[in-house]
Amino acid sequence: MIGLLVFLVVVPGAVGDLLNSAGMKRHGEIKDWSLMALLRLCRDLLHNFYILASIPAMAISFFALMALLSVSQLSFAVPITASSYILETLLAKYYLKERVDWRRWVGTTLVAVGVALLSI
Amino acid sequence: MHRINAAKLEDELIPPAERRKWHTHLLIGKTAIVSLVVIGTNVVGNYALKRGLAQVGAVESWSPIPYIRSFAHPWVAIGVIFMFGWLTSRLSLLSWADLTYVLPVTSFSYAISAVIGAVYLNEKVSILHWIGISTIVLGILLVVLTYPRTTNGSETDK
Repeated sequence: MIGLLVFLVVVPGAVGDLLNSAGMKRHGEIKDWSLMALLRLCRDLLHNFYILASIPAMAISFFALMALLSVSQLSFAVPITASSYILETLLAKYYLKERVDWRRWVGTTLVAVGVALLSI
Repeated sequence: MHRINAAKLEDELIPPAERRKWHTHLLIGKTAIVSLVVIGTNVVGNYALKRGLAQVGAVESWSPIPYIRSFAHPWVAIGVIFMFGWLTSRLSLLSWADLTYVLPVTSFSYAISAVIGAVYLNEKVSILHWIGISTIVLGILLVVLTYPRTTNGSETDK
């Protein structure tokens, strides 16, 4: 049960993050932080295919995290999701065409290892 | 009466190189501030959710109804509000910063959660945990050395 919940937190979470990033890049950089601009942003996001597609993926990941938190320790549940870092970095490099240099690879790997160490 | 067009005035008065440098600094500063908001809302949200769910009891169901019902608990409600803040601030950050930048940098919340647990909740933090916290900080320092955006042809190293 816990293994399946971890899978449901990690994989849909990674796909959701990828869709969120693609959707927000398509929307463009947020420069106006006024209330009206943020309301306009919410309206725009409701018409953004990538953001809409990310909602079910993020919802599955969120509810799986809630279920995982209710049956395991926070010190296990939160750090285990760090295993998605490598998967998301690969997806971002190939699908979002981000330039991932050695500093990002080493940095991301160190973060994933550090988070895993916290769960031991 | 003449209206002053600020953007046109900026174009005329500030040389392009200076303007690019200014925009780079602005983007880095904005990224730092929004990253801190993402990290803060994540730490508080996770703590509140865990505290609330511990009081609600184990939720094991394939239906979302029991989870939605648990939102009525004050700590769970606070957790959900902060997680909503985390989601919106993270989306804003992703509107200009790379996913491969946002992911590691915002994971500083794990290190903060561990330190808060040690300092305020008297949780036992082993040597291995401190090594983990140091490794996370080292990883973040490496990623922070890169410019937050590498797409849209606007990459400039700090």
